[in-house]
Amino acid sequence: MSGYSISEPSARQKWIAGALVVGYAILTVLPLIWIIATGFKTPNDAIAYPPKVIFHPTLEGYVNLFTSRARATPDMLEKLGPPTTWYDTIVRQYDMIITGPSRYGQRFLNSVIIGFGSTFLSVFLGTIAAYAFSRFKVPLKDDLMFFILSTRMMPPIAVAIPIFLMYRALGLNDTQLGMILLYTAVNLSLSVWLLKGFIDEIPVEYEEAALIDGYTRFQAFWKVVLPQAATGIASTSIFCLIFAWNEYAFATLLTSGTAQTAPPFIPTIIGVAGKDWPAVAAGATLFLIPVMVFTILLRKHLLRGITFGAVRK
Amino acid sequence: MTFEPRHPVADPSQKQTFRHRLSGLSDRTIAWIFVAPSIALLLAINIFPLIWTIRLSLTNFRTNRPYAPVKWVGLQNYRDVLSDVGVWHSMLATAHFLFWTLFFQVLIGFTLAYLINKKFRGNDLWTTIIVLPMMLSPAVVGNFWTFLYQPQIGLFNYFIAFFTGIDPSSFSMIGDVSLAPWAIVIVDTWMWTPFVMLICLAGLRAIPESIYEAAECDRASRWRQFWTITIPMVLPFLMLAVLFRGIENFKMFDLVVQLTGGGPGDTTQLTSINLKREAFEKWHTGYASAYAVILFVTVFGLASIYVKALNKVKDR
Amino acid sequence: MRRGIFRAAVLAAAAMLASTGLAKAKDLTLCWAAWDPANALVELSKDFTAQTGVNMKFEFVPWTSFADRFLNELNSGGHLCDLMIGDSQWIGGAAENRQYVKLNDFFDKNSIKMDDFIPATVVGYSEWPKNTPNYWALPAMGDVVAWTYRKDWFSRPELQAEFKAKYGWDLAPPTTFDQLKQIGEFFQGREIDGKKVYGASIYTERGSEGITMGAMDVLYSFGFKYENPDKPYDMQGFVNSAGAVKGLEFYKALYDCCTPPGSSNGYMTEGIDAFKSGQVAMQMNFTFTWPGFNTDANVGGDKTGYFVNPKGPDGEQFAQLGGQGISVVANSENKDEALQYIKWFAQSKVQANWWKLGGYSCLKSVVDDPGFVSSQPYAEAFLNSMAIVKDFWAEPSYATLLQQSQARFHDYVVAGQGTAKEALDGLLKDWTATFKEDGKL
Repeated sequence: MSGYSISEPSARQKWIAGALVVGYAILTVLPLIWIIATGFKTPNDAIAYPPKVIFHPTLEGYVNLFTSRARATPDMLEKLGPPTTWYDTIVRQYDMIITGPSRYGQRFLNSVIIGFGSTFLSVFLGTIAAYAFSRFKVPLKDDLMFFILSTRMMPPIAVAIPIFLMYRALGLNDTQLGMILLYTAVNLSLSVWLLKGFIDEIPVEYEEAALIDGYTRFQAFWKVVLPQAATGIASTSIFCLIFAWNEYAFATLLTSGTAQTAPPFIPTIIGVAGKDWPAVAAGATLFLIPVMVFTILLRKHLLRGITFGAVRK
Repeated sequence: MTFEPRHPVADPSQKQTFRHRLSGLSDRTIAWIFVAPSIALLLAINIFPLIWTIRLSLTNFRTNRPYAPVKWVGLQNYRDVLSDVGVWHSMLATAHFLFWTLFFQVLIGFTLAYLINKKFRGNDLWTTIIVLPMMLSPAVVGNFWTFLYQPQIGLFNYFIAFFTGIDPSSFSMIGDVSLAPWAIVIVDTWMWTPFVMLICLAGLRAIPESIYEAAECDRASRWRQFWTITIPMVLPFLMLAVLFRGIENFKMFDLVVQLTGGGPGDTTQLTSINLKREAFEKWHTGYASAYAVILFVTVFGLASIYVKALNKVKDR
Repeated sequence: MRRGIFRAAVLAAAAMLASTGLAKAKDLTLCWAAWDPANALVELSKDFTAQTGVNMKFEFVPWTSFADRFLNELNSGGHLCDLMIGDSQWIGGAAENRQYVKLNDFFDKNSIKMDDFIPATVVGYSEWPKNTPNYWALPAMGDVVAWTYRKDWFSRPELQAEFKAKYGWDLAPPTTFDQLKQIGEFFQGREIDGKKVYGASIYTERGSEGITMGAMDVLYSFGFKYENPDKPYDMQGFVNSAGAVKGLEFYKALYDCCTPPGSSNGYMTEGIDAFKSGQVAMQMNFTFTWPGFNTDANVGGDKTGYFVNPKGPDGEQFAQLGGQGISVVANSENKDEALQYIKWFAQSKVQANWWKLGGYSCLKSVVDDPGFVSSQPYAEAFLNSMAIVKDFWAEPSYATLLQQSQARFHDYVVAGQGTAKEALDGLLKDWTATFKEDGKL
């Protein structure tokens, strides 16, 4: 735009660069497309050789994902009469009957509750802490900030050993509350670091003006700083949410039937006999799509989020 | 601590009382009120457990024997961990995994960033597409990769077979001792190259154009400019990316446990997987605690040394 | 404003806690593995709900994460499961750590007699310490490792002729492991109906218990013993006897010669897949899979035959025990209802129904019934297999012992590291260390 630039690449360079990047991009989404496609295959199409690129789409995977089924004897089937719904029809071709809903919905809901609960808490705590770190003279500020970050360096399995015992003593094993608290603590480092960066960028003059106008500190924080930091808070929230949404190690060790989230559950989806890949793919698709959408929405703040605010761009 | 009235400035008299009410709260107090809950939570869920882990590591306690007597064993667990062949094997597997994932991610990530920085049309869209895998759940995606890696029916094997002509059922990426370590490197590289790419891109974009212009005036070749300007300017960013990936991959658990479960044999049994077996399958809590402490000291020590080096490069 | 948010958060947290507490009161949750018999049990249990009004909830987990999840549940003091159909080897730990309710008084009060059950299942599923009348479970599901084969392929005249010419005996279900390997080699890589097929599917899974179950199933008949029969925990020369070494070498040879590509991490589901998709001529698996094969569209009916684990080189013949007993979890808040369920489950007519629906009853009156052997094509092979069972350690340290054998076996058989002798010597060393730590040595 700014006229001739010496480092502006030639059209030819651009073309080659573009072709290479597009090639890589296509290669890299192929597995994701394959997940989505497999969700719409029949179990037999899913394990066909050579892999089927063109196939007749079916909702079998999704039906299997949301129901539990059992094999029925011929006389049992006869007694039941013809299938009444489209999903019954799908299941009946395998001499099976639907015995009830599967666990997927409940696990998904757990992911939502734990994800949003921990995000809310960690962003709330993170915002006020970040404000204090940004605006006040907190003794040992740098040490505290580093301490907060260092909690993120511990391998989750190592942290899980004492947490397991602690939660057993407190009765927090396999509860949503326990997972919310844990994820809040893990996410705090991210939210404090990110939000401190965002709040640092808000000119202090605004608050000073408000204070002179007779606002108290709290009011200045609430009415001046928070609205200014809204974008930062929103993107921090999404990063926290994605972490909680994707987390596996703690979830697999500390939850069981009540508070289990989707990531440890999805790999354990199996068919009535043998692995049901379309159902796994269907479960994965529904679980991954929200994150894909968030990623696209967040693309401007992505870098900042993944580096804890170290790179701001 | 409430914010009534809604419009404090509108009524000066109320403003006075309000101020008066809060006058006891200095900024310093507010700072503490704001910081304390976070610190308290971290103390409860990170530091207290850490101290407890250290305590456990000096005992023979086992989580699955709540009624068995607990004995102090001093540093015996630490000696046992450090003299365990399996532990060293895991360390080696982790080192292999760390080195090669970092190598490929830096190489491919930087190249991609360099290409994207050529600002061809639509580069934003393609960048977003490339970034997608990074944000997804490693456990869910890793689980699906076992399907892609299946001999014969898996897309990956089919792909390789298509381009090389070898039989797609003749090799098993996660079943073969010599291939499995690469199978996990490939998936991790697929997932995390975009991370390095994004950071490099930020570095490239931060280089002021004037430096190149100056170099051009000095008639420095493009090649020379690349080595004397581009690389040194991007280096701090690159090192930061390596720091983040290094820490993350040192902790690696979910992706690999889903992909190979540490197998075949213990070929891909990274330290986290090994630790999980000791702590939650064999329930050797004391031993596993010592192991955990050693891992934490290692990652913390390595990271601290690295950060020092990073700061030196940055200040240069 | 913020106070409002706080209050909402506290309320929400309280509501969550309350709801988890409330959901427990009326229902009984049974925990087991996700497999065919579990579906049959769901069907069977409708009768219990109809009789008592107690609602049944089920938590089924696939085999590969079964032990991981539910031992974690027991050790975390969780309240999820009221009834646990736990693996046979858990019994020692669950008894010593008071995770299961001891059932002796309950059995006496309700005149449930252990003599009414197949002896091997009582020892295997209920007793701790073994061979003492201390019961922690009711035998629920008999299971044992055995084999299926493709009857239709075995009976093809051209294959029979070729086989006879090559090996000098008639192609039929093998009675020794050498024969089994010959059949495996014969089918390996062969084209049948335009499809490449393989010899046999065996257990190789690393993460939970797969390869141990598979290797042990072979090792027993080659002379492997866990300990000196006269001196408990004395393992030198038993675990690593010459026969045991040969057995493990045989298992590796079988893995190398006769399994389909990519069988490096397979357990029950993978075996089922391989057999149903027509990939293999023979398949090692627990007998629970058989009702599913019998009714399968691809391999059902006459296409599949069943045979007992073959004999070792010295004519010894054993098979790896599977199966589980049903126990009441000590932490349960619904112990009375849970006991009521066991009482209902022990009735002979319920047990007969259990067999009919696809479960394997352990009740003598069911399996000794004259009509039993002919009731299903696989009934006889099951009964004969149950007569020769051996089981893995059921010690409280079972999980450690198992992890140690998993590592040693997988390292040698699949990863090809070291020799069989080294693997078993190493296993002896690991196990000795574990028992030393337990104070048993």
